[in-house]
Amino acid sequence: MKLIYLLLAGLTLLLPAVADAQKSSADVAPDQLVKNVTNEVLEIIRTDKDIQSGNSKRVIDLVEAKVLPHFNFTHMTQLAMARDWRVATPAQQKTLTDEFRTLLVRTYSKALTEYKNQTIEFKPFSMKAGETEVKVRTQVIQSGAKPIPLDYFLEKQPQGWKVFDIEVGGISLVTNYRESFAGEVRKSGIDGLIGSLQTKNRGTEKP
Amino acid sequence: MFVTMSFIKVCRDLAMLTMLVSMLGVLNGCATAGNLANPKDPIEGFNRAMFAFNDSVDKAVVKPVAQGYVAAVPATLRIGVSNFFGNINDVFVAVNNLLQGKVPEALSDMGRVAINSTVGLLGLIDVASDAGLEKHDEDFGQTFGRWGVADGPYVVLPILGPRTLRDAFAQVLDTKTDPISQLSRVPSRNTLLASRGISERADYLSTDKIVDEAALDRYAYIRDAYLQRRRSKIYDGNAPREVDDGAQFDLGLRYVLLQRPGTDADLATASLEAAPGVAAGQPAPAASEERQ
Repeated sequence: MKLIYLLLAGLTLLLPAVADAQKSSADVAPDQLVKNVTNEVLEIIRTDKDIQSGNSKRVIDLVEAKVLPHFNFTHMTQLAMARDWRVATPAQQKTLTDEFRTLLVRTYSKALTEYKNQTIEFKPFSMKAGETEVKVRTQVIQSGAKPIPLDYFLEKQPQGWKVFDIEVGGISLVTNYRESFAGEVRKSGIDGLIGSLQTKNRGTEKP
Repeated sequence: MFVTMSFIKVCRDLAMLTMLVSMLGVLNGCATAGNLANPKDPIEGFNRAMFAFNDSVDKAVVKPVAQGYVAAVPATLRIGVSNFFGNINDVFVAVNNLLQGKVPEALSDMGRVAINSTVGLLGLIDVASDAGLEKHDEDFGQTFGRWGVADGPYVVLPILGPRTLRDAFAQVLDTKTDPISQLSRVPSRNTLLASRGISERADYLSTDKIVDEAALDRYAYIRDAYLQRRRSKIYDGNAPREVDDGAQFDLGLRYVLLQRPGTDADLATASLEAAPGVAAGQPAPAASEERQ
């Protein structure tokens, strides 16, 4: 009898460990995800001599490999396109998403190459059970200047939490394009906007 | 006596500005008839011209001087300069926090001035931040926003740059209450104003490159970033998110569930009912998005 109790006790102790081992990245909490990715990317930037000497190709590779898998670019493009998203055909939506992705990656990589010795502070995070959209707040601390708030908006997807917007000092990197995009569409249609994005991306491809 | 005089001057400045802006509005209305105009930027033609002018002044004078300043002056000293002006600014921030009814913040600002002016060697060292008294960012434009004044159209002012109409009016008060602008000795005043301008410009040098990389249309990018930033500041960083129906229609159930009759702004508020500022029962400040 005693043995059975012991066994049961052992099993209950064991169970959480087994469950932990089975947890995939899909179960990582959103704040933890932001923390992990930030720390990993900054660690690489701090130690990589190529990146420090301004090799933008390497930064873009780094962003592609480490950061992009956690972003939902379709949602980002929808937010930037607002009403015009529904006007676009599925093919146009796909092209828009690809071009917008390229533009955001280049901008984000550029921002990373400007990274000096700032540190990132993670603000306390809490979420209610069942929440599917959350905001993870961080701050860029730099000596002699006011800290810059850097907030990530994440949504729960089957493959885990995905970032769909980033706000720097209250400025959304995604919705900031709304008026420019809407202006382009009013002037020259969805294809006109696609054309402008392509020109912009080809232009900034030059090192 | 002094108060009456400056009040009269403020009124005169405000009247001039109103006249100028309404004139521009008329001119611009003629120039860009049609429905292409952005409702937040009705005098876009004028603004673009002023933006181009400011940009050329920046390229020719301000930016090179700021770059020279960064190259010639060691970082420690630059931080000291920035702290010095920040300390003077804290007095003004305290006043605005008081006007907005944020007493704990105002007290903290006064504490900052007391500590930094003494232990911090006349403001050169920001000891207060290290001691946990955070620096705040307030001005009369934000105070008026808190009081419910709508932002009005976007205006690009010569040299001063982007403002909302409300903030352009508030700028007059900002200047009247700015200790440096009040210095009676003109050469010292101008030297200090120029130094402050350069010190502030130097902080934005790296932002320039990122904006160039990001923007399809530099004018629109900076305009929209400015408007978002102001909105965020009025809410002290807790602005409700703007949700647009483009996303609501395509992202399915969770937006539909949140949907209630009303405007985009209602939706944005609904989806963020749990946002810290709103939940804490702070007065919801007005922003133009709420009123459209």
